[in-house]
Amino acid sequence: MNGDFIIQNAPALLLAVPMLAAFATPLIGRLGSLARNIWVIAAMTLTSAIGLLLAYDVFTAGTVLYTFGALDPASALPLDSGGIPVRIIFTVDAMSAFMVIIAAISGFAVMLYMMASEAKGSGKDGFYALFLLLIVGILGMVCTGDIFNFFVFLEINSLAGAALVAYRVDKGVAVEAGLKYAVISTIGGLFVLFAIALLYGQYGALNMAVIASSMQYTGLDKIALVLFLSALAMKSGAVPMHFWTPDAYSMAPGSITALLVVASQASLYGVFRVVFTLYNVALDYAAVGWIIIILGVLSMFVGVTMALVQKDVKRLMAYHAVSQTGYMLLGVGVGLAVLGQQTAFDTFGFVAMEGGIFHILNHAMYKGLLFLTAGAIFYRTGTRSLNKLGGLGHSMKWTMIFFIIGALAIAGIPPFNGFASKLLIYESVFLFNPVLSIIAMVVSILTLASFVKVFHAIFMGPKQPQYSDVQEAPLPMLVGMAILAVITIAFGIAPGLVVDSIVAPAATALADQGGYIASVLGGL
Amino acid sequence: MYYNLPFIIAAVIAVIGIGAMLFRRNLIKVIMGLSLVEAAVNLFLVALGYRMDAIAPIFTNAPGTSMVLPTVQAMTLTNIVIGIATTALLLSFTMIIYKKYGSANTDTVRKLRG
Amino acid sequence: MSMSKIVRAAADIIFVFILTFGFYIVAHGHLTPGGGFQGGAVIATGFVLLIAAYGSRALLDRFGKEWFRSSEALGLLVFIGTAFVALFLGATFFANWLANGGLIFGEAVAFGPNPGDLNTGGVIPIMNIAVGIEVLGALSLIVLYMLSGTEEGA
Repeated sequence: MNGDFIIQNAPALLLAVPMLAAFATPLIGRLGSLARNIWVIAAMTLTSAIGLLLAYDVFTAGTVLYTFGALDPASALPLDSGGIPVRIIFTVDAMSAFMVIIAAISGFAVMLYMMASEAKGSGKDGFYALFLLLIVGILGMVCTGDIFNFFVFLEINSLAGAALVAYRVDKGVAVEAGLKYAVISTIGGLFVLFAIALLYGQYGALNMAVIASSMQYTGLDKIALVLFLSALAMKSGAVPMHFWTPDAYSMAPGSITALLVVASQASLYGVFRVVFTLYNVALDYAAVGWIIIILGVLSMFVGVTMALVQKDVKRLMAYHAVSQTGYMLLGVGVGLAVLGQQTAFDTFGFVAMEGGIFHILNHAMYKGLLFLTAGAIFYRTGTRSLNKLGGLGHSMKWTMIFFIIGALAIAGIPPFNGFASKLLIYESVFLFNPVLSIIAMVVSILTLASFVKVFHAIFMGPKQPQYSDVQEAPLPMLVGMAILAVITIAFGIAPGLVVDSIVAPAATALADQGGYIASVLGGL
Repeated sequence: MYYNLPFIIAAVIAVIGIGAMLFRRNLIKVIMGLSLVEAAVNLFLVALGYRMDAIAPIFTNAPGTSMVLPTVQAMTLTNIVIGIATTALLLSFTMIIYKKYGSANTDTVRKLRG
Repeated sequence: MSMSKIVRAAADIIFVFILTFGFYIVAHGHLTPGGGFQGGAVIATGFVLLIAAYGSRALLDRFGKEWFRSSEALGLLVFIGTAFVALFLGATFFANWLANGGLIFGEAVAFGPNPGDLNTGGVIPIMNIAVGIEVLGALSLIVLYMLSGTEEGA
């Protein structure tokens, strides 16, 4: 296997490697747990490496096309098809590559963490196979350029996610959370499929570029848009469809919760992809933009107020996840609302989109980190209740440091990455509408207050007798957390570099519908 | 009207399914409602591809007349397969819940709240 | 948990036909309506019939859950392996590398109305067979697991 082979087939290998690994895990598991662990580590490392390689390729050489089943990956339009792409085509543009980076980093860190945190559990063959399938679902959703294919990966994502949430039955409570998640996801999936059917009935195509190029914005298209938005917003955990989030996030194993954050963001990516790429020029920018802004503001506010009263540390963090999703929706929504007005878009709209998109990356890093620290605390103490925990700062120093990093980042304190993206959002949204910006800042302060309380409850105070034999988390878990912590700090110290090299291209790719269409259908 | 009949029936089935999901207390019936919605979407998809007096889209038997649309049938088939996986997963969740809680009623399955 | 002798004898006979019919649907998936999933589901109903007639214990004595689990994993691996081979032959993932090659399943499709030839389709029949093997294992496993949940080990 030489380098050219991997680069040329990167979009396919990105899915094929974890899928093959997932299917073979039960067989490898019969050789013993060491062989299986090495197998899973190798598969995930390879997947992450391919993902980063693919992203590098996209950011240097432009959109990568991969036509499944063709003789040549770039031949999106077979000669005898009359200019219509008939095959499933992966269209990895800068925005997709951006999401692939997130999934690659988070997946790798979670995999290391999982090796230690799940070591005591039973049924690990199935657990690791589902973990790899969840990775497949996320990567497939963000890479594909075909809406039906998007639906299939959405379902893989949902089923693997729901099964993982319920995997540790935990007296049935985890299964209850998994059931809720599965029902919500399935309804969402059916909505998406119905919307796809409406689009297919009108335009006779499933390729996003083809649909986008012929979009008429008829009444049926509006219904399809509403279905897409409600289903994907539900899956990404935005208010008012957020009620599954705290249950699923709090009951899933700590490692999986960190990945569920990324899975929700893949749905968020779906929202942005549908709005910006499928519809874009046909839309009434202000109306749809304001809908997304209002969803965002509601999510921010409801999420943080619900978080303040929680007693379960993971439930609390889950409500903060809802709240942070609001920032992403707000930033990108402002960008959408002014997309039609060139001067406004150039002065602040584009920056708002950059902020929203940058926040996706930052959120995956620090929220993943926070969930991993919560998982580590649960792993050592066996409880998530803030009332019972206390004094852990004496025995779990590294976990405490990682928690501080994550908490300061989520609250938007410099020099951590949360500050960098929130600053972009504050500045640009202030020019759009000062009230929204002030709400965002207030939510940030409440977030800080909430995490100060959590920090105090878990780590401060005298050493408690029942936790006297609590030790530091095992090394693989610490390494997994350290990866995310280092990225959290690094992106906070050098945000300009990150924004210029990956965030700005992603925002440009998202806003530029014509470029997306041209990359698949050729110059129009 | 005649052409729209499948679409109307699909809408009716979907409404019945959503109604069952919202107003039934038994988890099994909620899952049945979900399956009904799925069936409605499948019917809608297949009806999209229907053409009057067309034959099944089998290449080797093509006598040159028009065929019904095969893509939507492939999509339906995919959705059926996904639906089986989902239903099996949901039913096994319900089974575990019934074992642990002693009931499959949505009123009792509420240990998670707040 | 086994039923009367008449049911068991009838199930023994019908099982063979169900199996044959299932494999027919799997093997002809590229020519007629049907395919791996449908055929696999038919075969799985054969196993369900055996469970109904003899009880899950008797079936597990003969096959065992590992048997079904292996068939599931094997089917999936053959499926994705077939797609992988295309990569090493220089084409893209899932490319039909057997079509029109003259080897197994490699005959070119005759043009015009004809009843269809089993020896066509390239990798599609192979993938159908792989899916059939996978589905018969997976669906039987689902039934077995659900039974073991309800019978409390009966």
